Amino acid sequence: MKDNPFSLWVYLSQSPLLWLTVTLLVYASTDAVSLATRRHPLANPVLHAMWIVGAFLLLTGTSYTTYFAGAQFVHFLLGPATVALAVPLYENRKRVVASIVPMLVALVAGSVIAVVSVVLLAELAGLPRDVVLSLAPKSVTAGVAMGIAESLHADPSLAAVAVILTGIMGAIIVTPLMNRTGITDFRARGFAAGLAAHGIGTARAFQVDEIAGVFSGIAMSLNALVTSFLVPLAVTLLVR
Amino acid sequence: MLASLGLILLCQLIGEAVVRGLGLPMPGPVLGLLLLLILLLARDRFALLARGPLRDDGIETASKGLLAHLSLLFVPAGVGVVQKLDLLASHGIAIILVLALSVVVTLLATVLTFRLVSRLLRQQDAR
Repeated sequence: MKDNPFSLWVYLSQSPLLWLTVTLLVYASTDAVSLATRRHPLANPVLHAMWIVGAFLLLTGTSYTTYFAGAQFVHFLLGPATVALAVPLYENRKRVVASIVPMLVALVAGSVIAVVSVVLLAELAGLPRDVVLSLAPKSVTAGVAMGIAESLHADPSLAAVAVILTGIMGAIIVTPLMNRTGITDFRARGFAAGLAAHGIGTARAFQVDEIAGVFSGIAMSLNALVTSFLVPLAVTLLVR
Repeated sequence: MLASLGLILLCQLIGEAVVRGLGLPMPGPVLGLLLLLILLLARDRFALLARGPLRDDGIETASKGLLAHLSLLFVPAGVGVVQKLDLLASHGIAIILVLALSVVVTLLATVLTFRLVSRLLRQQDAR
């Protein structure tokens, strides 16, 4: 040890243990701050955990690949968590069945607008073609969006970043925006959150109201289905 | 707890296998969600199924535990932004503005459609 005081760091910084620990501890602190501010939208735990961990990686010169070797254990749970959404859905099935028609109409309207608006705005902003393609699936959950981007020969890792940024902005904006519209129907508010901002919107919705969370989870799952069909179609029609 | 987690993974595994095998354009975990939902509904009808993780709120507790920290699960993918710093330096502001505008438009379109349709339905019922 004495020969090289950095050998411990060299060992630890390459081990999954360190990066898993960093991810959990940073998130635990940002989540505690979020709780202490009574879930203020701007204290979004994902946003703050993301830049703190990112800054830590840059400062220590650690590559994302090394980081991900540890963090993948957390990332992996996205799949099982999607399956687990069956439970709140099951427990609230009566309310869900009762609002099946407004849900399906809002699903079609919302998912079309989500894709069309981002493609048109991105073209208007003069973004390069491969960026436009990578932004198109931004309203669905990370794994699905990456798959869509891959099938379009766009950049899956940019698609994942667009998904997370969309989710965070949606989660921050949804409560003040909905309060301003005066809509107090938590089924509708939650459904919009899950459709526009996938799992991060759903996590936010569960913080605000249980029913909002359930509807958000349904919107997120349904939108994953619809958007997989929609993006290739929209891209052929809208992207030059 | 272990059996419940195992059942969740099994649903996802079957979902992934079916999606890959049949080339369905949907994510495997979403099919897993449908499977677990069908299983929970079937349990209410057939007492035979109410065992193991499907008994005494086993699967319910495990699922709620997973969902309690849903936003944590997005942190690893979010940190991936460090790989895109040069792109964000050149197009960052445009990308953020495009995404922010699009998410606001999507939220409003969805919530207003939902309200409009449920109000129309209620008027129809009242008649």
